[in-house]
Amino acid sequence: MPHFAARAAAWFIALAVLALFVALRSPPANAFCGFYVGKAAADLWNEASQVIMVRSEGKTVISMANDYRGPLKEFALVVPVPQVLERGQIRIGDRRLFERIDAYSAPRLAEYHDPDPCAANVGRMMDGVAAQLPASVAKESAKREKALGVTVEAAYTVGEYDIVMLSAKESDGLETWLRGNGYRIPPRANAALRPYVRQNMKFFVAKVNLSEQAKTGISYLRPLQFAFESPKFMLPVRLGMLNARGPQDLVLYVLTPQGRVETTNYRTVKLPANVDLPTFVRGEFPQTYKALFDAQAAREDYRAIFTEYFWDMSGCDPCAAEPLTALELKQAGVFWLAGSGGRGGGQPVMLTRLHLRYTRDSLPEDLLFQETADRQNFQARYVLRHPWSGDPTSCSAAPVYFEEVARRQEREAATLASLTGWDVDAIRARMALAPQHRSRWWEALWKVGSDPTFPR
Amino acid sequence: MGSALESRVRPYFPALRAPVVAAATKVGSDPTFPRRRLVVRLPPDARLYQIAFQAILLTVGVLVRDFALDPRQMALAFAAGLVTQRLWLRALELEHKGSLSALITCFGVSLLLRADTLWIHPLAAALAVSSKFVLRVNGKHVFNPANFGVVVALLLLPGTWVSPGQWGSDVALAGWFVALGGLVTQRARRWDISWVFLAAWLVLFATRILWLGQPWGILAHQLGNGGLLLFAFFMISDPMTIPDRRAARVGYALVVAALAFAWQFALFRTNGLLWALFLAAPLVPLIDRAWPGEKFAWLNCVRRRAD
Repeated sequence: MPHFAARAAAWFIALAVLALFVALRSPPANAFCGFYVGKAAADLWNEASQVIMVRSEGKTVISMANDYRGPLKEFALVVPVPQVLERGQIRIGDRRLFERIDAYSAPRLAEYHDPDPCAANVGRMMDGVAAQLPASVAKESAKREKALGVTVEAAYTVGEYDIVMLSAKESDGLETWLRGNGYRIPPRANAALRPYVRQNMKFFVAKVNLSEQAKTGISYLRPLQFAFESPKFMLPVRLGMLNARGPQDLVLYVLTPQGRVETTNYRTVKLPANVDLPTFVRGEFPQTYKALFDAQAAREDYRAIFTEYFWDMSGCDPCAAEPLTALELKQAGVFWLAGSGGRGGGQPVMLTRLHLRYTRDSLPEDLLFQETADRQNFQARYVLRHPWSGDPTSCSAAPVYFEEVARRQEREAATLASLTGWDVDAIRARMALAPQHRSRWWEALWKVGSDPTFPR
Repeated sequence: MGSALESRVRPYFPALRAPVVAAATKVGSDPTFPRRRLVVRLPPDARLYQIAFQAILLTVGVLVRDFALDPRQMALAFAAGLVTQRLWLRALELEHKGSLSALITCFGVSLLLRADTLWIHPLAAALAVSSKFVLRVNGKHVFNPANFGVVVALLLLPGTWVSPGQWGSDVALAGWFVALGGLVTQRARRWDISWVFLAAWLVLFATRILWLGQPWGILAHQLGNGGLLLFAFFMISDPMTIPDRRAARVGYALVVAALAFAWQFALFRTNGLLWALFLAAPLVPLIDRAWPGEKFAWLNCVRRRAD
């Protein structure tokens, strides 16, 4: 009898848990986003895309920009979306916003000048911020009858884009439809589209409306913005991987109210930062950073995503660049700001800048994210220390100082070599360092005899 | 000369010399002597080597790969967990049977939990170990302590999270080899649940991959997750929190795998494994009542080998 009761209770609890799952099951929505599927065979290789993603409590706003430079009429964008988006959920974004947020969070150099070693202990002075990385921006765009299991759920013209929302029953039907409508999509598109079709996602397909585009008088394509609700916090990058001839870059700015954002299905790595680099880097920081990122991404086999920046936007001090205003944050899609008054009124706005370099096969599944409770600020920041340029004989402290500078410069050369994979001797030559004296183990030993302190 | 040296040496080491001589004469006469020494000096079960090995691998994997875990947090978690265990043993006047289970708990808590302060880890470890003494039904604790500690910290403590993606896959691979080695060389005893769970989990994954037409790389990627390894061999396998009867254990492993899968792919939430085990654990006392089996005791295996 007690057995019977316990069995009944066990089944009851099992069913209760099951019911909990059914109850918690959110709307049948799936996630979002995918990337640029080319209409032409040439000139569509997007090498850098930028995405601003705003996320809180299941609500997401995504803005997408890329550096498309091919003929406008061949531009096409195919993005899997969780639901058919209404006209009001789609908006044209502002490219300047990408420039602002990029400038604010880009990896940077900090310069310091050594104080006069002959003066008393003067603290090191910060001289401010020097170079920044440039970034890239741009944009792209589709329609037809219902066959092959493909349904045109809606069609809008938004700004310079003609947009159709498609649903499909089979991925090969979708592929045929796209081809039939003039899109020369990559050969493996069918396989890449299938997971999204099977998950009952819809497809946002955009192309450029040339006459509308001419009216704007703008030579580039403006970013597209979407707002939607979905329980999944993810970014589909696998469609974009089809375009990748070589490694492709994605810079992702995530704005959230709580803390740092990381991927849950890949490793999120902090770039090696806050190290001293040789001063010649000052004039060529973009190239140096590029080499550094190349080396680090290759080291992780293109399977890790890099954190370049994480900071509370409402309270950076000192700020590397002027932080985004409340208006700009709102334009980016931050929907939890209280008023339009003070910056970040109400809940804070956390900015995580993630940088991913991927190749055609490096990511077997789309990026899934989570917002952590981590609030430890981070910045990919590199330090230049300019030596004092005074006379080495001016005081007794000076020779000691210059010895220390020589050691420091050797360390800087080694650091740069290890971060970028460059040849350390070439770096030392650029730094005009004296040929390295390799000390032998016995030299110090024989010095002992001549050392007056030896008897001690 | 020789004897003079001997007389000088002997007074210094009387304690050392005497037992050596005694042992040399005793070995032949006492048949139980060598066995006793083995029991004292080596861990009683080869499984302990496997646990230690995997624990070290995973610890290295996390400390090297995850920038968010501070070794001080780990140290504090271990200190708090072990002290809590001692305090409960003393308070309840229980016999001290070694700290293995408390160590495993601290290991699980500190490797899984992330926090931006130092006090979270020791608190979670103390809660985890305490749950073992407080939340008991029929002489078995209800929750796996580490699982309880991590989930309660996520629910109640501010500034906590779990990073499921931060493990180094190379280290996880080494962990799998150790686990497979264990499977081959040991009678699996109650680790059957680990393997049943893993098989169910991977079958669910493979089915999803087939259904969606995703690349198989996802499966390999999943196996490279140290978190899965940690869960399978240190959490769900905890013999004190799983059903006693073998068939019930298998069913329980399947339920946990299905729950975890649903958590992740139907509800789109993170850390499905941890939540599934936490939600399923209260079923175990009921399962044990409905389908009773022989109760597990940590020392059984030692006694059996000695017999």
